[in-house]
Amino acid sequence: MDTSLQRRLLRRWLLLGSFVVAACLLALAGLALGPVAMAPQRVVSTLLGDGNTVETAIIWAIRLPRLVLACAVGSALAVSGAALQGVLRNPLADPGLIGVTAGASLGAVTVIVLGEKLAEGLPTHFLPWLLPTAAFLGAGSVLAAVSGFSRRHGHTSVATLILVGVAMNAIAVAVIGMLVYVSTDDQLRDLTFWTMGALGGAGWPLVLVATGLTALTLPLLMAQARSLDLFQLGERAAFHTGVGVEAVKRRIMLATAVALGAVTAAAGPIGFIGLVAPHLARLVFGTRHAILLPAAMVLGICLTLAADLTVRLVVPPAEPPLGLATSLIGGPFFLWLLLRRRAEPGGRMSRRRIGQGEGIGRA
Amino acid sequence: MKRRFVLLAISAFGLLAGLASVPLSLGEPNPQRIVVAGGDLTEIIFALDAGQRVIGVDTTSTWPERTKELPRIGYLRRLSAEGVLSLEPDLLISADDAGPAVVLQQLRTAGVPIAQAPETQRAGDVASKIRFVGEVLGLEEEAAALARQYDKELSAVTAKVATLEQQPRVLFILSIQGNALLVGGEGTSADEMIRLAGGRNVAAAVNGYKPMGRETILDLNPEVVLMMNHAASRLGGAERLLERPDLAPTAAGMNGRIVTMDGMRLLGFGPRTPAAVAELARALQPQAAAAAGL
Repeated sequence: MDTSLQRRLLRRWLLLGSFVVAACLLALAGLALGPVAMAPQRVVSTLLGDGNTVETAIIWAIRLPRLVLACAVGSALAVSGAALQGVLRNPLADPGLIGVTAGASLGAVTVIVLGEKLAEGLPTHFLPWLLPTAAFLGAGSVLAAVSGFSRRHGHTSVATLILVGVAMNAIAVAVIGMLVYVSTDDQLRDLTFWTMGALGGAGWPLVLVATGLTALTLPLLMAQARSLDLFQLGERAAFHTGVGVEAVKRRIMLATAVALGAVTAAAGPIGFIGLVAPHLARLVFGTRHAILLPAAMVLGICLTLAADLTVRLVVPPAEPPLGLATSLIGGPFFLWLLLRRRAEPGGRMSRRRIGQGEGIGRA
Repeated sequence: MKRRFVLLAISAFGLLAGLASVPLSLGEPNPQRIVVAGGDLTEIIFALDAGQRVIGVDTTSTWPERTKELPRIGYLRRLSAEGVLSLEPDLLISADDAGPAVVLQQLRTAGVPIAQAPETQRAGDVASKIRFVGEVLGLEEEAAALARQYDKELSAVTAKVATLEQQPRVLFILSIQGNALLVGGEGTSADEMIRLAGGRNVAAAVNGYKPMGRETILDLNPEVVLMMNHAASRLGGAERLLERPDLAPTAAGMNGRIVTMDGMRLLGFGPRTPAAVAELARALQPQAAAAAGL
């Protein structure tokens, strides 16, 4: 390893560090800023348990669960997106493409429309959990069906997987359409809003379950970094370098299903982050998954927190849907980065190649 | 990482449990900073002459004109807890379907008293809604008077409507979905208003707001099309709408009979409802209504 490469690596980790700092600053802003103006020292003393009723409720019951959920949503979407893009070798892969989002929506819409009939005979303390559970099961079962249908003779074809995902999407959307048709006026309004996504509608228990499940799956996905690097050579080549190709695919599908199902159940479908955060990370940090996955996670958290701050502050006391802001912030930023990289030929592109080569060399 | 989450969970739960055990104040007996989620409730508060106590309204509150200057807290089913808190209300009056539930819970935790109105599906329920608002605002007598006046006006209008001989066939169109007309069937506010105004809802066979096929509409052959005026103008105006192939050959289309009314006035079930019923009855059959004294 020559010194210039070492310098570049060092610079990359420093850059990642600065994004972590940005995420922390955004998180602090998420606690300190909102429609209700609160002085920073009041925020601190409320966090230490010294606030009045209103301050305590704002920090502990409103802003903190939102903050925690935003981190879970950002990291789950971004890391799952990066892993799916890697394992499917498809830059357009995101939770929507393979049907997870549609599955979760199907579960949620079923509960919104048929909830009263489903709820009969269930204990009342379970009722608040009905919708998230159904969304989670919907995401899981669609993903199980997708990976099940695309397996032939113990081998999963990536092309088939994407096509089956498209088919499952279509089926889920059709069933949602039927449920929408039989829904009442109130239910229609509820499900319209659910499909826009929001961080403000989840209480502590749901937030903690979603965060816990995300925290369990992230290390599992991160551990696949080396295998994902080798996947970029093609499955056959990866197999010949000793990667358990099928096992890696299974593990990634399972982990993404759990993480995506959990956060979608708590916050609704939130678009764009799963697609763009990994691409942003790739543009800045190169394609080596050992750094790409953590970088995507940090960028995903940054994007989600920034989007949440925006919807909170843009037209108080009302609050527009989060999905609008994720696209409005992420889209132009992504475009700017893309155009800037293109205007700067040579060096950056070759660095990306080095990044990849390095991963292979070590494997 | 996981242990920290466990710690966070424990501290959060402990805190929330602590908060829950504090008895919630029942609010001021005479609230002065009121946030309203529900256009009908806003109308009642203003009709009770307590409009100056309202400091924020939701997006369904469009009448009277003065509400347009007030801060908007968003749509009543999609409230933001901090948004409401930032107005520092001493009372939130909300329609029965306001939400989400978590946000209402967060507001209660922050000590905001919430008064949730009873459900109103029919024009006859409005009086009880008026009395409810009066109780919450400490204006019981004014509310009782307004409720009596409301009942009197409504029964006067319905008595006159009952003398009308004809029952014109009316189709309420909410909007256009895809290319199909979204019509108001049984159980909708539009259905109730058509009936009160002496019309017959031709779409009563369907339940709720549903898209309706072209042939069905031709078969039902409505004599009058009823719409909310903002929906009609969004769809290119009343005349353009009657040129649609599914409406042009009907009796309404051939005679150019389309009635548009303000959405909240027509479907809101507030203090203006008796007047709205009379207006609709006049629009449905002008001569007969005039003869009946409407």
